[in-house]
This record gives sequence, C-alpha cells and structure tokens, in this order.
Amino acid sequence: MSVKDASIYGLMAEFDSAQELVDAAHKTHEAGYQKIDAYSPFPIEGLAEAIGFHKNSVPLVVLIGGLIGGISAYALQYWVAVITYPVNIGGRPFHSWPSFIIVTFELTILFGGLSAAVGMLILNGLPMPYHPVFNVPEFAKASEDKFFLVVFSSDPNYDAARTRAFLTGLAPRMIAEVPS
Amino acid sequence: MATNTQIPVADRRVPVIAPGHTFSTIGEKISNIVLSRPVSLGWIFSFLIVFSIMNMLMVALGYLFIKGTGIWGINIPIGWGFAIVNFVWWIGIGHAGTLISAILCLLRQTWRNSINRFAEAMTLFAVACAGTFPLAHMGRPWLAYWMFPYPNTMRYWPNFRSPLVWDVFAVSTYFTISLVFWFVGLIPDFATMRDRAESTWVQRIYGLLAMGWRGSARHWHRYETAYLLLAGLATPLVLSVHTVVSFDFAVGIVPGWHTTIFPPYFVAGAIYSGFAMVLCLAIPIRAIYGLKDFITERHLENAAKVMLATGLIVAYGYGMEAFMGWYSGSQFDSFLLWNRLHGPYRLSYMALLACNILIPQVLWLKKFRVSTGWLWFISFVVLVGMWLERFIIVVVSLSRDFLTSSWGQYYPTKWDWMTFAGTIGMFLTAMWLFVRILPMISIFELRTLLPESQVHEPAEVKQ
Repeated sequence: MSVKDASIYGLMAEFDSAQELVDAAHKTHEAGYQKIDAYSPFPIEGLAEAIGFHKNSVPLVVLIGGLIGGISAYALQYWVAVITYPVNIGGRPFHSWPSFIIVTFELTILFGGLSAAVGMLILNGLPMPYHPVFNVPEFAKASEDKFFLVVFSSDPNYDAARTRAFLTGLAPRMIAEVPS
Repeated sequence: MATNTQIPVADRRVPVIAPGHTFSTIGEKISNIVLSRPVSLGWIFSFLIVFSIMNMLMVALGYLFIKGTGIWGINIPIGWGFAIVNFVWWIGIGHAGTLISAILCLLRQTWRNSINRFAEAMTLFAVACAGTFPLAHMGRPWLAYWMFPYPNTMRYWPNFRSPLVWDVFAVSTYFTISLVFWFVGLIPDFATMRDRAESTWVQRIYGLLAMGWRGSARHWHRYETAYLLLAGLATPLVLSVHTVVSFDFAVGIVPGWHTTIFPPYFVAGAIYSGFAMVLCLAIPIRAIYGLKDFITERHLENAAKVMLATGLIVAYGYGMEAFMGWYSGSQFDSFLLWNRLHGPYRLSYMALLACNILIPQVLWLKKFRVSTGWLWFISFVVLVGMWLERFIIVVVSLSRDFLTSSWGQYYPTKWDWMTFAGTIGMFLTAMWLFVRILPMISIFELRTLLPESQVHEPAEVKQ
C-alpha cells in the first residue's frame, strides 16, 4: 500500500520548455497516473490531450445559452406584438416576423457570448481565491516562462517516494512537494 | 525571370515580432510599462489636457440636461444633427477593434496578436462615446430605460418593428460582448501581472482580476474553446451592428437614406474609419512606449492595406449612390446628387470625396504605407472624411426632402461642438489610463507566436 499524507497536495516538477512539458505529460499519463495537471504560461496544443483531458462542455453550454437567448427573444416579441400590446400600424400583420429577426439574432449572440465566458469560468472553477500550487515559490514562473507538471496525491498510483523517482526520470529542473 | 525572384515571399516580409525575444522578455517588456515605468511628466501633462477636454463634455451635457436639446442646432426638419452624426461615427470606429480581435482571429492572422488588446480597448471606449449621443439626444435621458422591454405600470411595451429599438439591442449587445471578449482575453495576462508585481497592493488588485488563473492545461483548453466561440459570435455581431445602424436610415423614406446598399456600405465605412483610428493611436504609442518590436512595420502596412480595401468599397458605395440618382429616374434621387454637388453643403461633399477617396489612394504605394508620418496623416484624413460622410448622410438628406416647404438648414452651435470634442476627450482619457493600467498588448498571445511555443507530438504516441 502506498503511503498517503493529507498535508501534501501533490508533487510538482518544473520544466524549461513547452516540448519537455508535453513529453513529460505524455509519459506520466502513460505510466498510469490519472490525476495530473500541467501548467503553462500560454496555451499549448496537445497538452490537454496529453494529460488525458478530453471532455470539454463549453460548446454545449454556449449552444444552450444561445438557444435560450434566441427563443426567449422571439417569444417575448411575439407576446408583446401579438398578445399583450398589439398596435395596428397601417394594417400590417401583428406577427410581422421579419422585423423580429434582428432582436432575436442580437439576443442569441448576447446569451451565447455570456454563456461562453461565464461557462468557461465556472467549468474551470474560477474565481478560486486559494489554490495549493501557489504554495511552491517557483510556481510564480508559471505565468512567465516555466512549465509545470503536478501529480496529485489523490491519484490511486501516487506514492511519495515512487512518484518522486518517476518524475526524476523525466529530467525536470526541480521537483517540489506541494503543501495543500 | 530574374534569379532573385526565387526568394520566398514570407522571408522578405518584416516579422510580426522582432527577432531575439523570449517568453520572459515579452512579458517583461509589456508588463513593465504598467508595473515599473515611472509616470512621465509628458504623460501627466497630456493627460491633464485630454481630461480637461473630457470635462468640457461634462459641462456641455450638464447644461443640456438643464436646458434641453434646444441648445443644439437641431430643428425640424433636421432633428438628428450632430448627435446622430457622432453616434454613427464613433460606433464605426469601434468596429475595427472587433474586426481585429474576432474576424482576424478566425482567419488565423497571427499579426493581430500584437494589436488586438489595444484595438478592443479602443472599441469599448468608442462605443461608450457613441452611446452618450443617443442618450443625450433623447431629451429626457433619465427615462432611457423605457427603451428596454420590462413590465411597467404604464402597461407599455417597445415597438419591436422599429429600427430604433433594434439599435438599442444591437448596440448594448455589442458593448457587452466587446467587454466580455476583452476581459476574457485579459485574464491570463492579469495572472502574469500578478506574478510580476512587486508591491503587495498591486499584486492583490491584479490577483483579484486574475481570479486565481493558474494556467492549467484543462483551463487553457476550455479557455481556447470559449475564446474561439466568442470570436465566432462576435464576427456576425460586428457585421450586424452597423447594419442595424444603417437600418435607422434605410428603413426611412428620405431620399439618400432609402437604399439597399446602406448595410454593406456602412460596415465597410465603419472598418475604414476604425483602422484609421487604430493607426492614429498605434503610431504614436509604439514610438512613445518602445513597442516597435511588437507592433512592426508589417502591422502598419497590413492596417494600411485594410484601409485601402475598405476605402474602395466605400468609394463604390458613393459611385452607386450617384449612379442610382441617375438610373432610378426619380427626380428626388437625382436632385439629391445635384444638391450634394451644388447645394449649400457642397464644400463638405467635396471634402468628403477628397478625404475618403482621393487622398487614401496614395496607399497603393509602399512608400506611404511604411512611412509612419504619412500613414498617420492619411489616417487622420480618413477619420475626418468618414465624419463628413455621416454629416452628409444625416444632415444633407434631412435638409432637402420631398416638399420644398419642409426644407431647412442646419448650423451646429457651440454646444454641439463642445459635446463632440468632449467625447474625443473622454475617449483619449480612457485610452491614456488604459496604457498605464493594463497590459496594452496581449502577453500570452504574443508568446504563442514564438517558435519555442510550438511542440511536436512524440512519435510513439501518435496513432
């Protein structure tokens, strides 16, 4: 049985380049570690796949948001123009749908765009005022020019000594324990 | 063919980032403008000037709220006057920001990465200036919320068949989405600022804005999807906004307004004036803040080319208006053209043709596209020209409609000019603060342009 320590969030390895981080992430994931994360100053193509992250529900959230915006905008205009406040202007039909397209379109965009931003933040768990990775002083460089890989202690395969030995094999610049 | 044509085109172009930069020098150079560069006397002095111009707006609006719109030169038939001229002009300027950030993002034009932040800020401030005008023009701006559909004791609802109501939705959506797009783009850079800040308070403020961004691969993945979707949503939005603004005119029956060419011609004109504003601001800023490594000659040249292309679309619009004046056989349409060329506002029409069509043609020559002085001058001329275009459309058309009994003349008063100049002050004040408070170039997007940011998949996992 591996030894678990609740005061440890995980083990962090620091790399010099994006390429090293992606390679290390691939190897770590292949070695059977599931609960890992990688950190970089800019988006790296293929890094999310390398740590085994495939499920991205942002497009679905945006689709639902956009549909809600569009449908509710059209429904509101229909209700106002036909049911609750019908105004006869030159004998034109109350349900003059071509005039309703523009507001429908604008609200589709508005709701879709807001759900993209808010959905992305909520799915990412942001705002998050405290996160253990910031306890490692070197992590300040994660928004600058360094690249980090963390194996969480909650991973079933995590073992303080073995995981450290594994990460050392990836030739990082340094390895640090992340206090939780 | 000569042998020197063998050089690939890409190699001869000026790069998007000057050589020799690393991830850390990019972050350092951009964030230091905000974090460690001392506030210069020049900044303080010029800020005081633009801030006082903004205060002129406050005075003009304050007096307007006391006295009403009678202090302006508007009358019947010219009920729209400066307020709508300036509204359309400012909204148009905003369009370049969204074009750069959204459309060029979808088209994978990587050169946009160094000017998008700054252009988006320009969009926000321009739309804020634009919004001031219809609000002030309402006469009773404290009742502005009546335009929104909400249950009220008057049991009244807006008329959704009216282009003016469409405008409310288009412009408020445009502002909101531009703000969201801008803020989402700033989050990773706030994190960089937080990590680079020396003082605790600065660190806390940027930390609060960064909302705990830590650059996790999962976060980046969702972030990029959201950003791309926002770009995809903002693209039809920006095209729709000036289209809806043009409907304010095109749905009316006044000669010179009632044409189907208005939507595309307005959108092209908007981008035309927007790029002119981008160049007018970018040329001095890159010189003052030493950003020539990131905003290179290539950016200026590309912006000049966009200006040239959209300017030609605008020229085509003028040509078609003139053609339809003759071809329609309608006496009102042909009188419109005659009136523009020979009527009381002929000088503004001549100036318009010179500013929007004639002078910008020098951009065909590379010499003018790469000379910052010339480019700045031409951009300024285009801004004046596009303002004149809106003046011609609003004022000249309204001053001569179907019946001679309803003809009129419009003279702007000092309050009109003060309000207009005041919004320029407001725009520049916001811009001045922006360059000192936020990273004016997107740090993380610029980093992705370095070759070191590209990775190759290891062969053994590629299946």
